[in-house]
Amino acid sequence: MERKYMESQIKGVSTGTTILAVTFNGGVVIGSDSRASMGGNYVCSKTINKLIQVHDRIFCCIAGSLADAQAVTKMAKFQISLHSIQMDSPPLVKAAASILKELCYNNKEELQAGFITAGWDKKRGPQVYTVALGGMLLSMPFTIGGSGSTYIYGYTDAKYKPDMTKEECLQFATNALALAMGRDNVSGGVAHLVVITEEGVEHVVIPGDKLPKFHDE
Amino acid sequence: MALSNVLETPPSGFNFENVFRNVALEGLLEGGHTKAPKPKKTGTTIAGVVCKDGVVLGADTRATSGEVVADKMCAKIHYIAPNIYCCGAGTAADTEKTTDLLSSNLTIFSMDSGRNPRVVMAANILQDMLFRYRGQIGANLILGGVDCTGSHLYTVGPYGDTDKVLYLAMGSGDLAALGILEDRFKPNMKLEEAKELVRDAIHSGIMSDLGSGSNIDICVITKQGVDYIRPYQESEYQDKRQRTYKYRPGTTPILTEKIVPLEVEVVKETIQRMDTV
Repeated sequence: MERKYMESQIKGVSTGTTILAVTFNGGVVIGSDSRASMGGNYVCSKTINKLIQVHDRIFCCIAGSLADAQAVTKMAKFQISLHSIQMDSPPLVKAAASILKELCYNNKEELQAGFITAGWDKKRGPQVYTVALGGMLLSMPFTIGGSGSTYIYGYTDAKYKPDMTKEECLQFATNALALAMGRDNVSGGVAHLVVITEEGVEHVVIPGDKLPKFHDE
Repeated sequence: MALSNVLETPPSGFNFENVFRNVALEGLLEGGHTKAPKPKKTGTTIAGVVCKDGVVLGADTRATSGEVVADKMCAKIHYIAPNIYCCGAGTAADTEKTTDLLSSNLTIFSMDSGRNPRVVMAANILQDMLFRYRGQIGANLILGGVDCTGSHLYTVGPYGDTDKVLYLAMGSGDLAALGILEDRFKPNMKLEEAKELVRDAIHSGIMSDLGSGSNIDICVITKQGVDYIRPYQESEYQDKRQRTYKYRPGTTPILTEKIVPLEVEVVKETIQRMDTV
């Protein structure tokens, strides 16, 4: 096992990854690839789940060390459930994102994981929050994260429009993921997309060979 | 909480005290004249496959200590619960103790709650335990079992990452075994086919990896029960001893004999009546 650790900053399995979340008119689309790597040249898993459901209408995507991210989301899931029971109502997306932020900030020395929290709540509708490595919390209409995100900043900045329809948003997210997976070696596998609206949650999986192809492929 | 885990989880938040203790220990040992002892590793090939009626786990039986084979018939498939078994790769002591601890906790839990343990619960407990120790416990585990929700196979890494999969190989011979599994695995295989696949995967690990060898153990878990076949296949390279190395009594001549009677004094005698019907 040791031979595989070499260059990566993260010890153990890392989700060198592409994750994103985009709001549209009435909901939010959250997406990720499905590759988990170790040391930059060994793919541990082609089918890892990076979209973790932390509450009925709130999802969280993970990037960084897989062990750290899974532990944090488990803890967050428990705390969000408790909060929701105590308040006797579904939690706000902001509350869920804040819980993750507290965990990341208070343990910033030991943890190496970043998150994107997205969901729908009754007060503010669809929202997207990003919790960075050190515990910074920001709210924005759409966000991308992970090592593969560097390759698609241009595409997402140019192509994002506020108030898209669900279909436009799904296409935007799929294209972005496909472009990033095409250029980043530690992102790949299948594209997982989850559509969260007031009505419910819909999971779309696009296998690698069904992803959109661009001019050079 | 009505039902609690016997192993007390630390209070709120994460507890990283052991990280500082380990750094301090390393400093002490390296700085002084003694080096930290090298743990006995199970350079290993372990594999697991989910088939139509259950789960098949397989392992080799060689345990190495540096360049020497310390144990030719080491058992790497550990019992967790009547319906859950776990293969362990990495440091032999760590895999043994972690699986023992897990097994005890699950037994107490099932007595307290009156329910059979589920594989996902075992995986969660392992994840919590290993994450708390930040990778210092060198245990790479394949957890497989059949419970009321179906047949499951989980991998748990030393840092505490888990994944639920259909086929898996771990240990130093994992790449060799994974080649066989990637080529021939199909979802919903029949039991006999799955046993052959796991056998071939472990065999490939034994042939291509120096840290794996000796015999192949197979453990088949189904709804009906567990079939722990040890060994499923013996090594082709069993050595044939040239003569017997047992010595008959009287081989060593006795020169002198001295008998010292031990004087034992009865200090106190109490009798307690037990009411037995």
